Amino acid sequence: MAETGASSQTNPLRWLVVAVPYLWLFLFFAAPFFIIFKISLADTAIAMPPYAPTFDGFGTIGDFFAQLDFENYQFLTEDPLYINAYLSSLRIAFISTLLLLLIGYPMALAMARARATIRPTLMMMVILPFWTSFLIRVYAWIGILKPEGLLTLLFQAIGVLGPDEQVNIFRTDYAVFIGIVYSYLPFMVLPLYAALEKMDGTLLEAASDLGCPPWKAFWKITFPLSLPGVIAGALICFIPITGEFVIPDLLGGAETLMIGKTLWTEFFGNRDWPLASAVAVLLLLALVVPIVIFQNQQKKVG
Amino acid sequence: MAKSLGPVKRKFSPWTDPAAVPFIRFENITKRYGDFVAVDNLTLDIYEREFFSLLGPSGCGKTTLMRMLAGFEEPSEGRILLQGKDLSGVPPYRRPTNMMFQSYALFPHMTVEKNIAFGLQQDGLPKADIAARVEEMLKLVKLESFAKRKPAQLSGGQRQRVALARSLAKRPRVLLLDEPLGALDRKLREETQFELMDIQHTLGLTFLIVTHDQEEAMTVSDRIAVMDKGLIMQVATPAEIYEAPNSRYVADFIGDINILECTVTDNAGDCLRDGHPPAVRLLSDGLQIAVEQDCKVAVGDTVGFAVRPEKVRISLDEPEKTGFNTAHGEVWDIGYLGDFSVFLVKLDDGRILRAAQANVSRLVDRPITFGDIVWLTWPLDAGLVLTR
Repeated sequence: MAETGASSQTNPLRWLVVAVPYLWLFLFFAAPFFIIFKISLADTAIAMPPYAPTFDGFGTIGDFFAQLDFENYQFLTEDPLYINAYLSSLRIAFISTLLLLLIGYPMALAMARARATIRPTLMMMVILPFWTSFLIRVYAWIGILKPEGLLTLLFQAIGVLGPDEQVNIFRTDYAVFIGIVYSYLPFMVLPLYAALEKMDGTLLEAASDLGCPPWKAFWKITFPLSLPGVIAGALICFIPITGEFVIPDLLGGAETLMIGKTLWTEFFGNRDWPLASAVAVLLLLALVVPIVIFQNQQKKVG
Repeated sequence: MAKSLGPVKRKFSPWTDPAAVPFIRFENITKRYGDFVAVDNLTLDIYEREFFSLLGPSGCGKTTLMRMLAGFEEPSEGRILLQGKDLSGVPPYRRPTNMMFQSYALFPHMTVEKNIAFGLQQDGLPKADIAARVEEMLKLVKLESFAKRKPAQLSGGQRQRVALARSLAKRPRVLLLDEPLGALDRKLREETQFELMDIQHTLGLTFLIVTHDQEEAMTVSDRIAVMDKGLIMQVATPAEIYEAPNSRYVADFIGDINILECTVTDNAGDCLRDGHPPAVRLLSDGLQIAVEQDCKVAVGDTVGFAVRPEKVRISLDEPEKTGFNTAHGEVWDIGYLGDFSVFLVKLDDGRILRAAQANVSRLVDRPITFGDIVWLTWPLDAGLVLTR
């Protein structure tokens, strides 16, 4: 043991292997985050870049630090718009995740129980949408959901709607939910499938043998054993949905309040970079909690 | 450490009693998977409190037969009766059978305690009764101190005990054991075999065990059904299966045996010894054989002559001339098993006959060794004529 320890310490390649990912994380995660954090402490200004102070060198560094403050964060707590946007994002993410679980679980279960020969085909069908650009798929939903869109035509054709009636869900929260559930479904199905597929089928036979009918066995055996997959799938969906921008922007209406959209408005609409940065920092902090839970869960599983 | 033993075992043979009602009856059972016939028009009776083995090589249909009794598979034809009641269409969770799975199939997310309690909870027993029964079962399999462990924290032998306790907890009418001891090492397996017999005897249950291990079947069973390709070849007690196999297949499957192809030369009923059956005379490539056995074979029939190695005497000295049951050859190989030595003797015509000798003395250098010219003899009642 001692010998391998000594040799690995003297081997510079070993350090390189460790250093590369850390350097990567530093360059593309930590450094940008600190820049954003710094901007969030600044004030807006009519300038290029549109905030002050900017870092002009070490000579004026005392001045530079004196001008930084937490005013933007204070403003976020005072204006209910931002708190509502955060809460609304969490609500939409929560409901979407629940819908994803309700739709994804039966799909994953059906895939796991399907004959081994057709499982790769089913898997392919889940992954296939990734071959088309995400943006194009969301745009396609506009064509389906808009009042004169395909859904209206279909409903009119089969007589659910009269010739003058239209489906009016485009630019509402419903359209956002449809878009989110559609886009994130593979991310829910795949971890669930992975958890369900490796389950030993004889466990269900054993349960049945001991007097447990199949519907009860699902809740007593299958579901508890798939819990790691449920948690993984839920977090993989919940976290990005909370910060989702494209789907609410394209499918949502004026009343769809999501933090990603608010951030975009602050940044591009109001050119208030410091406030937008503060929103981003808080969004990250709000998501750290579920991310930590997720990682702990992964550790337990591994 | 004194081991508590159950009551002394009594002779048990309800199958010889024509008035006895079978507990389980497989009636003309056929099971097909596509074109493959796993079980072929099989009829079998098992009696209450019997320890019954289904023995055969893998793929002989023994597991399929057991799974049909448990309800995991439905027969393609025929029916299974339990205490006279047809089990067709009864789902596994409504059958009074419990199974101990080959893989144990313990629920990994539950403690030992919860695993054992699982079946009892399904019956909706009061909590206190469940706790009492779980404790009783843990005591039975000597795992009291492991109640709160998860299956992953147990050794193979302990898991096997939990599986047994779980399958016994509901006091099933019939306990099905699917290769229950396959994963255990030899010593533990032998110990567990005797424990199983003890538990079966104490609780008075009917056990049906599936195994490919003939020694295991011989040790634990009241009766054994030897199966091959979906058919039952013979159903009999271990002693009958061993001493009086009804076919070359059964003789060869159970234990070690010499089988010589012979032609019947005489079956006129001449009695060589008083009080014994008349002798059948056989000729096997120059070798004269006489067997005291009542069998319906005619002169000229081709039959098999089977004799177990331990019944063949090996000697360096030429025996008294009788004109039959004497072979002459050279020791070709020796298998030293500790308690026994098996001699492979190459006869003058090139055939190999096996003779086993108990090693009754502590000599390391055996008097008979490789290359020795030896004589093999066997008594008139040692061998068996096999017509199938």
